[in-house]
Amino acid sequence: MVVLLGLLLAAPVAELVDATDLKSVGRKAVPVRFRPGAPWFCMSALVVNNLSVYRGERAILCRVSFELAAGRALVITGPNGAGKTTLLRTLCGLVEPEEGELHWRSERRSFRDAEYHVDLAYLGHEAPLKMDLTGRENLRGLVGLRRDVAPERVDAALGEMQAGSFADRAVRTLSAGQRRRIAFAALGLMGATLWVLDEPVTNLDRAGEALVQTLLSRHLATGGLLLAATHQPLGLDPACCDSLVLAGAVP
Amino acid sequence: MGTNWAWFHRFGSPPHVYRLAGLLTPWFAWPAALSILAALYGGLVLAPPDYQQGEGFRIIYVHAPSAWLSVMIYAVMATAAGIGLIWRMKVAHAAAASCAGIGAWFTVVSLVTGMLWGKPMWGTYWVWDPRLTAQLVLLFLYLGYIGLRSGIDDLGRADRASAVLALVGVVNIPIIRYSVEWWNSIHQAPSVMKMEKPSMPMEMLVPLLLMFLGFTLYFAAVMLVRLRAEILRRERNASWIREALR
Amino acid sequence: MTATTPAGSWQAARIVLQREWLLAMRRPAQVLQPLAFFAVVTAMFPLGYTPELAKLRAIAPGVLWVGALLASLLALEHLFREDATDGTLEQYVLSGQSLTWLLLAKTIAHWLLTGLPLTLMAPWLGVALGVPLSAATGVMAALALGTWTLSLLGSIGAGLTLGVRRGGVLLSLLTLPLAVPVLVFGARATELAIVGDSPTGALYLLGSLAVLGLTLAPLAAAAAVRIGLE
Repeated sequence: MVVLLGLLLAAPVAELVDATDLKSVGRKAVPVRFRPGAPWFCMSALVVNNLSVYRGERAILCRVSFELAAGRALVITGPNGAGKTTLLRTLCGLVEPEEGELHWRSERRSFRDAEYHVDLAYLGHEAPLKMDLTGRENLRGLVGLRRDVAPERVDAALGEMQAGSFADRAVRTLSAGQRRRIAFAALGLMGATLWVLDEPVTNLDRAGEALVQTLLSRHLATGGLLLAATHQPLGLDPACCDSLVLAGAVP
Repeated sequence: MGTNWAWFHRFGSPPHVYRLAGLLTPWFAWPAALSILAALYGGLVLAPPDYQQGEGFRIIYVHAPSAWLSVMIYAVMATAAGIGLIWRMKVAHAAAASCAGIGAWFTVVSLVTGMLWGKPMWGTYWVWDPRLTAQLVLLFLYLGYIGLRSGIDDLGRADRASAVLALVGVVNIPIIRYSVEWWNSIHQAPSVMKMEKPSMPMEMLVPLLLMFLGFTLYFAAVMLVRLRAEILRRERNASWIREALR
Repeated sequence: MTATTPAGSWQAARIVLQREWLLAMRRPAQVLQPLAFFAVVTAMFPLGYTPELAKLRAIAPGVLWVGALLASLLALEHLFREDATDGTLEQYVLSGQSLTWLLLAKTIAHWLLTGLPLTLMAPWLGVALGVPLSAATGVMAALALGTWTLSLLGSIGAGLTLGVRRGGVLLSLLTLPLAVPVLVFGARATELAIVGDSPTGALYLLGSLAVLGLTLAPLAAAAAVRIGLE
């Protein structure tokens, strides 16, 4: 009986261990809490509480909670299979969580809320490009669903990612790194506040990485938020980064 | 609204439903057995042969209830699936899954008995009678549901996808039935080919109604047993299982 | 922020339609194959039955409709599958636009590229089955409405079978029973048109199915796609 009780108590702990600690690299973190009456830049624009995701009977994420303020990036790390991609997709509303709360701009919202989505841009493992269209056509399609963009701005965005030279070739003929650059050009044009990126710098060469760093840093500097799951360092200013480590299921 | 819904949400708890199902099963199973036996006796022994169709009409005692039940079970399945989808109750999805096989089987029974009825009546095993045809389409709907469930690996996704399918199907069933009737009437099939129900004096009607009741109770009993098995299968890693199986 | 204006629903729908059109132009084979299939299947029936046009005329409604159904099902497989694989469908879900509306736009594009060509082909294939050209308007009206409803119904099945291995067969198994009313009313309308009677009654029934499908199917398809993308 005692053994059984012990097993029952140990089960939730052994099921999934997640370490949610906010520690920024090099500096002691000051947890930001919303205080009524405080200036707006003290508010955490994104608050997630008790997010749990199950697949079948297996818990992939167990009560993950964090806050993210404007101008800050949350870097999510962890081993393969720890649930980083699932976390990002759940935050976008693509996966239904078992439980969890989302507060966006101090309002309680569903993960599938349209206003939340308008402010959100997601880039997954693969760049969401149609193989048969050119980069430019893809860009117009991706961004055009959200906002009207003038052709000059499209050119400017492509120029920033140094993708102008291959933007008019069919995506099928491009390398993975080139596709990623076009995807980032689209990201820059979407006008979203919260960027959710899964492995942003995979497939990019040194030059590409530098361009993405500039893009992300500028996004943070203008008050945007960034959620990125990554294995590689992103080269962002450590003062703006929080860290979330998913330890994954303990066998 | 608050506490009034507590009883409803308790049905979302697998251990509760498991226990409840176990308790209720004999209350359905025994009356089902009695009802069916009584109906069989009444229908096969007591009721006189129909003056038009002779002894052959007796197959209606199995055919009509199973046909009716096949449609009713689809409705139950769709309702359970809908509850599971809207209120996100896994138990409701488990209930829908348990119904599918029974419903498909009753549809097969109604088709087979329909065919057996047809042979002595018209000398052929199959006619495109509107009722038989509608049953055939219903069987395809069931097979589609079962096929979709088995085709999706992740259980949660399979539950939700098949729930959408069941709801779409249940809306379509009246439309399909109407269109099949319309199709049959348009083409002026010889009236000999239609499955006429014999006019029903009391001695025939009572056993038939008893059979309807018996089959329904039988469905309830079997569904509860399958539901328990389904819950066990889904919750096999949960802690309450060990207690329940002790 | 950015000096651009947010896109309205019509703008978004236009973008979707433009994109589908561009893709079809770049990959014409994918659009033409169902049409070729329709022709081949229709040709099989005389070979399997009889060359006599009078006899073929009697079975022409059924042959044309079954052929159109099967060809549409072939094309439906591609409705969502590629977009789901390359991540475009996810971007639609996350665009802040109504997913129901975007999927409806996709379905409309799909019909324009599949159902409409099938409809236009049908009278000519009918001639091969002994159907007089005078019946062409009736045949086309029926098929236009029927293929439209079928595209809508199929979008539900296409969403549900996303991520199912070899989902094509399952898609057919799911969609065909739901398509029985369309087949029944449509074949009847075609038959009346061939004989020279007015097919209006059957066409009205077909039309009501088309309207019903238009109101309900995109909602179910959106739900199905969300589930399928998990």
